[in-house]
Formats: sequence, structure tokens, C-alpha cells
Amino acid sequence: MALDRSDVERLAHLARIGLQDADIPATAAKLSSIMGLIDRMQAVDTSGIEPLSHPLEATQRLRADEVTEVDQRDALQSIAPATEQGLYLVPRVIE
Amino acid sequence: MHEKSLAELSSALHSKAISSVELTALYLKRVEQHDGTLNSFITVTPELALEQARAADARLADGTAGPLTGIPIAHKDLFCTRGVRTSCGSKMLDNFIAPYESAITQRLLDAGTVMLGKTNMDEFAMGSSNESSFYGPVRNPWDTRRIPGGSSGGSAAAVAARLCAAATGTDTGGSIRQPAGFTGITGLKPTYGRLSRWGMIAYASSLDQGGPMARSAEDCAMLMQAMAGFDERDSTSVDQPVPDYSAELNKPLAGLRVGLPREYFAEGLDASIADVIGAAITQLQALGAEVKDISLPNAELAIPAYYVIASAEASSNLSRFDGVRFGYRCENPTDLNDLYLRSRAEGFGDEVKRRIMVGTYALSAGYYDAYYLQAQKIRRMIKNDFMAAFDEVDVILSPTSPAPAFALGEKIDDPVNLYLTDIYTITANLAGIPGIALPAGFASGLPVGMQLLGRYFSEPQLLNIAHQYQQATDWHTRTPAGLEEH
Repeated sequence: MALDRSDVERLAHLARIGLQDADIPATAAKLSSIMGLIDRMQAVDTSGIEPLSHPLEATQRLRADEVTEVDQRDALQSIAPATEQGLYLVPRVIE
Repeated sequence: MHEKSLAELSSALHSKAISSVELTALYLKRVEQHDGTLNSFITVTPELALEQARAADARLADGTAGPLTGIPIAHKDLFCTRGVRTSCGSKMLDNFIAPYESAITQRLLDAGTVMLGKTNMDEFAMGSSNESSFYGPVRNPWDTRRIPGGSSGGSAAAVAARLCAAATGTDTGGSIRQPAGFTGITGLKPTYGRLSRWGMIAYASSLDQGGPMARSAEDCAMLMQAMAGFDERDSTSVDQPVPDYSAELNKPLAGLRVGLPREYFAEGLDASIADVIGAAITQLQALGAEVKDISLPNAELAIPAYYVIASAEASSNLSRFDGVRFGYRCENPTDLNDLYLRSRAEGFGDEVKRRIMVGTYALSAGYYDAYYLQAQKIRRMIKNDFMAAFDEVDVILSPTSPAPAFALGEKIDDPVNLYLTDIYTITANLAGIPGIALPAGFASGLPVGMQLLGRYFSEPQLLNIAHQYQQATDWHTRTPAGLEEH
């Protein structure tokens, strides 16, 4: 499956990765090559096969609905780029 | 001293022939002398190491020390180590000081090990050559023009060069086993869920597993004893008792049924590797093993299925790196969107960006069924192949790689070519079964690794077979040249 410029722009947007315009053709070529490898899967008839998402087919463990976590906000925010009063700061979103 | 096994080092420490401080200083000096060339460490932690060594010496003195107390090891820079930079080989986390300790590194700390530092790796564990690291490539100690394998290339090179007594690695598509093969060391990928992934920076959550990398199966068994165990903080951790990994090491191999998948010994396998593996098979037969031809009919589909599943899970896991709460933030973002776009464009390397986009594509509306769902079905088929094989044999043997370690730069421009070298290791991650890689000989002066795959939770058996092989051979004791004491 070959990817074109608009495919790459759409993927970059979904993934929130800024791509330089000049890099888009090379990226499209490499992604197309990878998708070519992946397309080898399409030749296989998998009708009737159940998908496997967990190797041991485990199910999610549940626990009691009790507060067990400790407040570590200060420690965890100590490495943030910008904080104020316990909030993370980002450029203004709403004018 | 650096040639000693973990058991020998432990004995020396317990008998006070050497102190942990002396041993740690010895390894730190080796790192200083040799790592300029190899680049196997991203962060060396000398003060912390010596502090931990002093604490270990105190435990050795008052009789509370265990088998691993005082032993200097290194950790792949993917494990969160509290107060110490944890970069995942990426610019995105170059400034990330982990605020907490991962489950596995905590277990090894509790066992008394000393951390020499954090080892180099392919960025976010995405790679098979350790060439994609933000901190530069790692070189193979056996031939420094060649790659050590990846993504745990730093740990592999450091162990092979005796810059640490052992190391931790992680394996999502072969990242412990393949570099172990290329550098002549022993590495174990446990059953999925055997080791806790809490604090292990996630690449592909249904495939990732941490594991030990050392110079022998016996050493790996000692490390596994400390590393394995249920952890309720990891929702995929398996609540199964931890066996004594060293107890079965000396079991004779008589009657062991070893399967050779014909798909793994077909074209594409370098003749020099096939020869070495052939000799290793003969050796196992001499030890009592029976060899049987088996088939893994869907083996070839593993690579496309893996690259869909791993990339899809990675695209989800790496969405947390957004410049907001930790890690790299671009300068002077004009708005929130610009913050996201540029932090991620500047913080991630090219291979990581490619895999995120492939994963995004596979999961996007209209493509999910064709790609992700299809890959999950193939995953089932691959698991079924193994389950059927294990009805006929006890373990499956293969090379770790179709060719010896290639030259730096040789495959970096062609991602697909590089992906194809993962053919032998990838299936185990998809099925969740354990695998061990160990040295089987040399081809053109470069180590050749062989791999043994086993049933779920058969780590004691894999370690036993590897250990018996290592009692009858000496490949695992060989040292690369040029790494003597100065």
C-alpha cells in the first residue's frame, strides 16, 4: 500500500508530530516500504480465527474501590517544564 | 576479577577476599578506560554506586547479605531509576530524572546489587542495531566497526566487555536475545507477565518483557531469582509462584526433545551460522537430547504482524510524550498545537516517528480491521503453531540471527531490511513464550548465538539446557581482545 503526501500529512496530524514539508516525500517513501512489508499479511485467510490480544489470554484483574494511592504531586511535578499552583502550564488555549 | 562469574564474585565478597567498594571501583575504572570506544553507557553513576557498595559491605559484614549483595550491574536506560536520568535513548527524555524506581530495579536493589549506571539502547527500544540512540551508536566489543545488536545493545556490549558483572535488558521483538547472540553473552526473555513491567518505559505493552543479560545461564538464574515475581501494580503481571531457578541447572538432558523448525533453517540463513548451529545441535545430542524436525508454518507472517502490533501499541504508548508534564518541550511554543507538534518532532528520532505513524495508520478508522485485527489473528495462528510444536518437542532451537553482526551504517537507511533480521526472535514475543540466547561458537571471529524457546514458564528448563551446554563448551567464557586491565 503506497502512501501519498495527503496520507502522511493526515498521519502526522493524528500523531501530533510536526513534519517539515521538505521531508514529506522521503517519509512517504519509507512508510510505503514498511506498509509493503506489512501487506504480506493480506495474503492470509484468517476467517474463523479469533484475534489474540494477550499471550496468556488473561483478563484484567480488579481490586476493591478503595483509595490506596498516596499524593505525590510535588515529587512528580518537580520535573515538569512549567507548573503553577499544582497545575501544568501550557501556552494559552482560549483567547 | 572481572572474568569471574556471579557465583564466584559472590563467594569472593562473602569471604571478604574483595569488598564491594573495591569491586565497584574496579568496574568503574574499566568503564572509564574502555567505554569511550564502546559507548555502552549513557549515564554512569559513580557516587551512587560507591554509596550502594558501602551499604552492601555493611550487609556483608553483619551477615545479612544475600547471593547478589555487592555485585555491580548496569541497567538498560529504559528502567525508571529514582533520582537518576532515565532517557530511553531519546532526546525526548534526555532531561527526565525518574521520580520513582521501577519494580525490577527495586528488586535488584533489595537484593543488594550496586548500580554502575544506565546503558545505551535503541531509542524507545525500537531497533535491532543500537544505531538509533540519541546518544550515538554502541559498538560491538568483538569488532568495533560492527553493531552489537539492539535494542539492548548497551547492556550486551557492557557485559561482553566485562564493564559490569551483569545487566538488565528488555525484549519486545528480540532485544535481549539478538544482541546477546551478536556479543557472545547469555540473555533470557521470560514468559510474558513473569517480570513486572511497572516502571519500564513502555514500547509495546503486550510484547515487552524485561530480563537478565549475563555471561552464563547460571548467572542469569541468580538474577532471575531476584527479578521474577508478581506485582499488583502491573495489571499484566502473572500471579504464579517463583521457582528456584538454580535448582534444575544440573539436570541431565537425556530424553530432551529439541525441535528444529524447518522454516528457520531454510534459505536466508548464512552458511557460516548454519555450520555453527549444526555443531551446537550435535553437542546437545551428545548430552542426550533427541532432535526432531518440526514446522512453524506461519513463521514468515510474524514480521508483518509484529510491526503492526508493536507500532500500534507504540503509537498509543508514546502519545504521553507531549511536552506538557515531563520530558522535552520545544522552545517558545506559539500555541498548544505548536507545543505538541514541535516537542514531538524535535524530541523523537526518525525511526520512532516512523513507527508511531505506521501504528497510527494501522489503528485509524477504516484500516483497523485490515491491519491491527488481521495482525491479532495471525498472532493467534503463531501461538497455535507453538502449542502444536510443544506437543511433539520440549524446546525449539534456532539461531538468534540469520547472519553475524553487520557493520555500523550498513542497514540504517533501509528500515525494512533491518526488520527482516528479527525473523527468529519475533515469534516468541507474539506468543508470549520464553526464550534464551547463548553463545554457540564463532563465524569469521564474530560470536554466533543460538536460541532456545520453551513452553510458558519453562525458564528453569531453558536455563538448565543452556547450563548443561555451557558445562560442555567454553564459548561463553571467551573475551574480546583489547579489554585488558591497563
